[in-house]
Amino acid sequence: MYPEENLYTKDHEWILVQGEIGIVGVTDFAQHELGDVVYVDLPEVGDTFEANEPFGSVESVKAVSEIFCPVGGEVVEINSKLEDSPELINESPHQKAWMIKIRISDPEELKELLNSEEYEEYLQEQAST
Amino acid sequence: MLDSELLRVSHEARLLNSSEIKKTPLNAIHRQLGGKMVNFAGWDMPVQYAGPIPEHIAVRTRAGIFDVSHMGEVEVKGPAALETIQHLTCNDAGRLSINQIQYSALTTPQGTFVDDILVYRMGSDHFFLCVNASNQEKDYQWIHDLARNGTQVLFRSNDFAQIAVQGPKALEILAPLTEIQLAAMKYYWFAQGKFAGAETIVSRTGYTGEDGFEIYCPPSRAESVWQQIMKSGKAYGLEPAGLAARNTLRLEAKMALYGNDIDDTTSVLEADLGWICKLEKGDFLGRSALLAQKQSGLERILVGFEVVERGIAREHYAVELNGKRIGSVTSGSPAPFLKKNIGLTYLPIDSCSVGTEFKVIIREKPVKARVVPTPFYKRTKSA
Repeated sequence: MYPEENLYTKDHEWILVQGEIGIVGVTDFAQHELGDVVYVDLPEVGDTFEANEPFGSVESVKAVSEIFCPVGGEVVEINSKLEDSPELINESPHQKAWMIKIRISDPEELKELLNSEEYEEYLQEQAST
Repeated sequence: MLDSELLRVSHEARLLNSSEIKKTPLNAIHRQLGGKMVNFAGWDMPVQYAGPIPEHIAVRTRAGIFDVSHMGEVEVKGPAALETIQHLTCNDAGRLSINQIQYSALTTPQGTFVDDILVYRMGSDHFFLCVNASNQEKDYQWIHDLARNGTQVLFRSNDFAQIAVQGPKALEILAPLTEIQLAAMKYYWFAQGKFAGAETIVSRTGYTGEDGFEIYCPPSRAESVWQQIMKSGKAYGLEPAGLAARNTLRLEAKMALYGNDIDDTTSVLEADLGWICKLEKGDFLGRSALLAQKQSGLERILVGFEVVERGIAREHYAVELNGKRIGSVTSGSPAPFLKKNIGLTYLPIDSCSVGTEFKVIIREKPVKARVVPTPFYKRTKSA
């Protein structure tokens, strides 16, 4: 279900690391919780964020959810398709609806993240509480 | 990611007083239908089933069924009942025929809202009030304490479940279930009689901007009434709809929400509800304040706006006019049928005309919004 090549946060973001670049989006669990996404707010290329700092937001009819940067870095690309097609978040959270690409400033921070197995366990724990 | 505001509030409320959360007689049905339950004004209510967008569209194009049993009911009767209602509300209940309804407000001496209510005239000296869930105890106490001698005031909320069926197909869905002549019933009129086997009050009212009906029945019959409506509605595409859709529907129709758009700090005139403010009917609580406000001129008024740049305005977001903070959004949301981002806010009276531009501050960014004519959505009346 959750791609093994990604790392995950407890806030339900994923990051796919390709060398010094990290591709970031929200998980399938997150899109389910949100419901139909109607609006996506993205940062600008060149913006920098620290780990756990909000870089954008995703909105449904009812709710606004901030999206946090899994690790620190500088935004090198944004998925501007999401601005016109926010529903991609629901349709393809792990593929087409990637949100930003960042140049990771400190790879050590990746060690704080969960792998897919740990993330799935975390979701199960959450569901049972 | 943060949970939605609504869900977080609900969670906290659950932790604080899980034993005190009230359930409507339809609670089990909502869970069977997969309703996402939240705490709303102390009630465990479905915020959505299939989702606010499909539910909203169902109501605009077909029909939706809502559990609104959390709403409160107060009965006022006795020789001084009309006098009491006239004293405590700003609309003119004396103009009501028996079986007719009016939108009105319980007003404070300052002409602000204790609550906005529906007044049903059951008899010449007999009224039935539908009041907001969050205000029901307060309203009952208010009316009870201020009633004229010779008035009986009864808290009836526990005696009624309430189901709303709204949308262009509502009449066709409901008519086969009752002997009441629904087709002949005019907007804002009601009848008492058997509906789906239960003793009910059925009114042609609603909070969505669509044609539709609201059915008050004994709590013990609510499940059966709901199921029979669902069965009848199947062929018409009737969908269960939750609080989220109810909110976006009422906002498109520019119907005020107590606690957001109106409360005891906003006057009936400021809320742009002059049409329920019958200053000529004789004295009532708040009349002199409202009259003074009318004579000296309002300072601000509730307007509808569209966000014209990218962004969704939400309640409490700051509003700036010419660089100056002048208030906040009282209601704001994407409008699923209109496919625009809309909202309500109070603007100074000299800057409230259609076309006026101002800024809504969305996550520290000023985003352009424009005053538009309201209601945002008006149904085309069928013959």
